[in-house]
Amino acid sequence: MNKNIVLCGVGGQGTVLASKLLAAAAMQHGIPVMSAETIGMAQRGGSVFSNIRLGEGVHSPMIEKGTADLILGFEPGEAVRMLPFLKPGGTVVTNSCAVVPASASLSGFDYRGETMVGYLRKTVQKLVVVDGVTACSALGSPRVLNMVLLGAAVRTGELGLSLEDLLAVLPSQVRPQFVDLNQKALTSDL
Amino acid sequence: MHKEFIMGNAAIAMGALASGVNLVAGYPGTPSSEVLETVAKKRKAGTYVEWSVNEKSAMEVAAGAAYAGARVMVTMKQVGLNVASDPLMSLEYVGVKGGMVVLVADDPGPISSQTEQDTRTFAMFSKLPCFDPSAVAEAYQMVQDAFALSEKYGTPVFLRPTTRVCHAYASIDLKDESEYQVHRPEGFVKDSKRWVIFPRLSFANHAKIELRNDELRAEFASYEGNRITLGANGIRKGVVAGGISYAYVQDAIEKLPAEVRPRLLKIGTPFPFPEPLALEFLEGLDEIMCFEELDPVLERAMNYVVGHNLLKIKVLGKISGNLPRSGENSIDGVLKSLREFTMAPAQECAGTELAPPQLPVRPPVLCAGCPHRASFYAVKRAMAGKKTIFCGDIGCYTLGNAQPLDMCDTCLCMGAGLGIAQGVGHIEPDTECFAFVGDSTFFASAITGVVNAVYNQARMTLVVLDNSTTAMTGHQPHPGTGKTMMGEVVAKISIEQVLKGIGLTVVETVDPLEHAKAVETVKRVAAEPGVKAIIFKSPCIAIVPPHEKHTVDSGKCVKCKRCIKELGCPALYLSSGEVRIDPSLCTGCTLCAQICPTHAIGACHE
Repeated sequence: MNKNIVLCGVGGQGTVLASKLLAAAAMQHGIPVMSAETIGMAQRGGSVFSNIRLGEGVHSPMIEKGTADLILGFEPGEAVRMLPFLKPGGTVVTNSCAVVPASASLSGFDYRGETMVGYLRKTVQKLVVVDGVTACSALGSPRVLNMVLLGAAVRTGELGLSLEDLLAVLPSQVRPQFVDLNQKALTSDL
Repeated sequence: MHKEFIMGNAAIAMGALASGVNLVAGYPGTPSSEVLETVAKKRKAGTYVEWSVNEKSAMEVAAGAAYAGARVMVTMKQVGLNVASDPLMSLEYVGVKGGMVVLVADDPGPISSQTEQDTRTFAMFSKLPCFDPSAVAEAYQMVQDAFALSEKYGTPVFLRPTTRVCHAYASIDLKDESEYQVHRPEGFVKDSKRWVIFPRLSFANHAKIELRNDELRAEFASYEGNRITLGANGIRKGVVAGGISYAYVQDAIEKLPAEVRPRLLKIGTPFPFPEPLALEFLEGLDEIMCFEELDPVLERAMNYVVGHNLLKIKVLGKISGNLPRSGENSIDGVLKSLREFTMAPAQECAGTELAPPQLPVRPPVLCAGCPHRASFYAVKRAMAGKKTIFCGDIGCYTLGNAQPLDMCDTCLCMGAGLGIAQGVGHIEPDTECFAFVGDSTFFASAITGVVNAVYNQARMTLVVLDNSTTAMTGHQPHPGTGKTMMGEVVAKISIEQVLKGIGLTVVETVDPLEHAKAVETVKRVAAEPGVKAIIFKSPCIAIVPPHEKHTVDSGKCVKCKRCIKELGCPALYLSSGEVRIDPSLCTGCTLCAQICPTHAIGACHE
């Protein structure tokens, strides 16, 4: 099984933990994993991404354009930004709620999540839209957006991994007091 | 052996531990910081680790330990090497007893750096051997090879990964602790002919170094990090690559038709360059292309080999103008160039799709609730209408340059703001000169700048932004925090006392989140003669729990948008013309509430 996965969002949304969880789940099955992360200055509210590559015969941790099996957008505009990496017929799972940067508020640019989701609906056949704010408030914490989205991504079947795979490695990736909450978020289908 | 999914920097740390490293010293800097942090986390009793005050200190501490026979590693980013270069350039001549690996992470792009300098070029300049890993697993192997080589030849050795190796993760085989080497340092043996650098010693050792490097050119030809992969039968084109570009080339070559696949030379030791292997690679080729980031180190070396051996082979790359001379490489870019080079048919382009909507730009910004925002804003208000210059420095607070704060007129390198403020002041005496410096940067390289200002009778205001951590690189401790990487709690070095010790008479400490008081303090201190200082003290929001979140009372809000226009806090945004506060970002710093003219912002009482 070879899979290229792009996780993208805004610094601070939890893409790094999500990619580590995916990697740990794949490794359980003995699948070789490579990934690349954005670390450093861009983490301060900038656009961030993780590339994850599963399978044998992979050399570079970075993904070529037009080859991602799945894009997991933590923010709808960032999902649109990463679309050139999607392979023809690939899947996009995205949060519908926009993170409005200070630059947009200052310049009067009326940036809306609806516009981004509308564009994705027109251009991506396999699209799953998740209302992250509603899901997180139902779960009682804004910190579980990553697990909610990861759960939705697994349910598409495109990752070749099951929810059980992720649940099995969750305790090794998060602090004990947060395991329950993250479990709930992973398995919630809101 | 066991498998672990591990970051490149962590793999380097684990490789050093497996080599029995006794001491690791460094200064934080993206993309290098996780190396030392991992050593601190995973070390056993025999390993000492410290965040030194800067890279020069780290290099000297490590040199001393290596003189005493310890295996040592020094860690830094590429610009840190500039700071450490004074001791290193001399150490090159003196040499070491215990193995010494100088880990310098380069940052093509640059992604989080001031420069696109290339440590491979520095290796050539300093005549020190250099390993250049192309993947996480190779970085793990190379650090161990570097220790062995260093001890064999008694010389410091560079390991220089780049960002995409440092911050890549891979599942790789790691040694179990039972397989680790244990190294017991012999101790320092007095020998002034060996350890005291004098012109006579430098002259004698220079000749030996050149001979050693000749030897290494041959030895590296059979090193497994340098290798040839054959291409299609009878192919007359070749590709040379090193570092992460080698990984891109490997992925890209597999996309080419089998009959045009070029011969491939991988270089893992760019200096000394393995000339015999390069010569073997060139046999029967007409044309080669060199893929690398930053300087054209491989391309120059190949041009040298071709010229030196009077071959008729065309060398393509950055110098020839065929490949980009700055920035990062990518699989896409490498594949496109390889298709052209091998005359493989171009890839069919996907049909033109619907043009995407306008996307927001997301420059990095100061976090919601960051105390630096309040500090900059206080100085901005206090100095409104005056002729000023605001000299910035390296750290999160460089982001004070962004609109709407616009409070960083210059930024050069660690600690430079102080000197620049003095220089401007000598030429423009009517300008109010400010230098902003963070607490970690203050200790790293600003203290001499203050001494210079006092001694040379400058007139300037130093603003220390003390958030009690090294925030930008991931919250490392420093001399002002009272914690060390060995886990000890030690006396905090007081910035205020340091400044007073240098001779400053006006040093005021104030909480920047008390806006009115902060503005008043700036006005008062700026009016004083000579060199004076304000210490804005408030902890980084990432290391303290948030206060009560705030919300906008839309009944009281007159939509003047002053909060948004003046502060640019990412928690403040407009939604259908209404000012809102994002509760997931607000930390309750209260700055917006303090400047709201209608008192429409207050704590949400849930």
